[in-house]
Amino acid sequence: MSKTLRGKAACIGVATAGVGEAPGRNSMELMVQACYGAVQDAGIKMQDIDAVFAATAVHAMPAMSLAEHLGIHPKFSDGNNIGGSSFMAHALTAAMAIEAGIIDTALIAYGSNQRTAGGFKSVSEPMPYEADYQPRMPLTAYALAASRYMHDFGGSREDLAEVAVAARAWANLNPEAFMQGPLTVEDVLGARMISTPLTKLDCCLVTDGAAAIIMTRPDRAKDAPKTPVYLLGAAMQHYHRMISAMPDLTRTAAADSGPRAFEMAGYAPSDMDTLQLYDAFTINTILFLEDLGYCAKGEGKDFIKNGHIAPGGGLAVNTNGGGLSCVHPGMYGLFVTIEAIRQIRAAAGDDEGQRLDGGWIPNARLSVAHGNGGVLSSQVTSIWGHPDTL
Amino acid sequence: MSDNFSGTGPEGRFHEFLEEGRFMIQRSTTDGAYVFYPRVVNPFTGADDLEWVEASGRGTVYATTSTSRRPEQGGDYNVALVDLEEGPRMMARVVDIPSADVTIGMSVCAAIEEINGKKVIVFKPVGGQS
Repeated sequence: MSKTLRGKAACIGVATAGVGEAPGRNSMELMVQACYGAVQDAGIKMQDIDAVFAATAVHAMPAMSLAEHLGIHPKFSDGNNIGGSSFMAHALTAAMAIEAGIIDTALIAYGSNQRTAGGFKSVSEPMPYEADYQPRMPLTAYALAASRYMHDFGGSREDLAEVAVAARAWANLNPEAFMQGPLTVEDVLGARMISTPLTKLDCCLVTDGAAAIIMTRPDRAKDAPKTPVYLLGAAMQHYHRMISAMPDLTRTAAADSGPRAFEMAGYAPSDMDTLQLYDAFTINTILFLEDLGYCAKGEGKDFIKNGHIAPGGGLAVNTNGGGLSCVHPGMYGLFVTIEAIRQIRAAAGDDEGQRLDGGWIPNARLSVAHGNGGVLSSQVTSIWGHPDTL
Repeated sequence: MSDNFSGTGPEGRFHEFLEEGRFMIQRSTTDGAYVFYPRVVNPFTGADDLEWVEASGRGTVYATTSTSRRPEQGGDYNVALVDLEEGPRMMARVVDIPSADVTIGMSVCAAIEEINGKKVIVFKPVGGQS
């Protein structure tokens, strides 16, 4: 297995913008705002960027639109769109291009004003052989997966609700999180049923929000004002586009991407100090904990019990509050990545803003940022580490 | 070369068959493996060896969800994944019973009905009323 990319690129700047609601601003403006913030955070000039990576749910050619708006002329760009995990894939491709000497400094960005613009939007075409049955995609696909999981392993709606409760508890420590306040299992079960077995509170938020990160060569990263966070491993896999073509609805391609990413990084799942797992729906977190190797298949529903993934529990999972309670502007992957990186920077002493006690994980050196795209389709695992982990 | 490379493509053919009242799926002439959804080339091998055959119509519910919808818009409806007896899985709707009563493992049988004016495959519980 290739380890040539391990530590060959580092993130030196991150920013979010318009998290929650950003009335009056369009998706591109929000994305540019995040890019500006990431450039400031990295201590570089906008014109230092020579590669642009972007995917959105509303732009046909987002990398070009973004570069033009920013006034930069990239010598490499990539608009790979495999759904919400696109941004982990962009980080992998950026590291490849940096290691190959093709580029020096990459910008990866996302932005959406979907909440204030009237709700979830997607450029996705209707799926042939599925659309006639009026599935509410992506929701229906995750509901089907949850139904099968409960059938195969005896999971319950209460188990799913535990995931949402843990996410909210983390959100309550994070002032940036859009949803705040107490949440109980009973609240989740009693919320409006959308598609059995998932209620509204089993589903991710519909927010506005933009995000951007800057990645560069290790020799340049050393000069960054904040702690450079290295990409130690990354791998992707996808099996299907339509949920009806997914081989086993309880086993995602994270079971393939995860082991390869950890092998490249030279670390085990148990070495991770924080786990950021793309939680578009409550079932996601359970499936990814299993598929990434934190527990056996079918045991995720028990693994999360008793607050094990909540603040103060055994594992720090989705510490920003996740897509369920922090932010989910259509595609959430770059926010997952940024939380993984910010936890490491905060532990290293960088100013990442205030959180309530326990919101920043002490001594966090290693984080996994796992992205999911489509309908449990594309899975991209990335491992990020403090310079001492190289 | 099969006729999958000329004339009406597999998706169009599938819907033409439905209009004729036939539920057709594909089968490999090489090893007999069944394929759904209809493809140009065999998704297991990459070979150009797919022919059309009549589906048995028998299947088992693999996953199911009852989608909430206001009564004035038609009420809750079912979306399911059904494993065909021949092996392939497809999305469909189980009809004739309340959407929430559809269970995984239920034996079902295909029928052709219209949803929004378009002929599609639906499934009915075996032994149920039809």
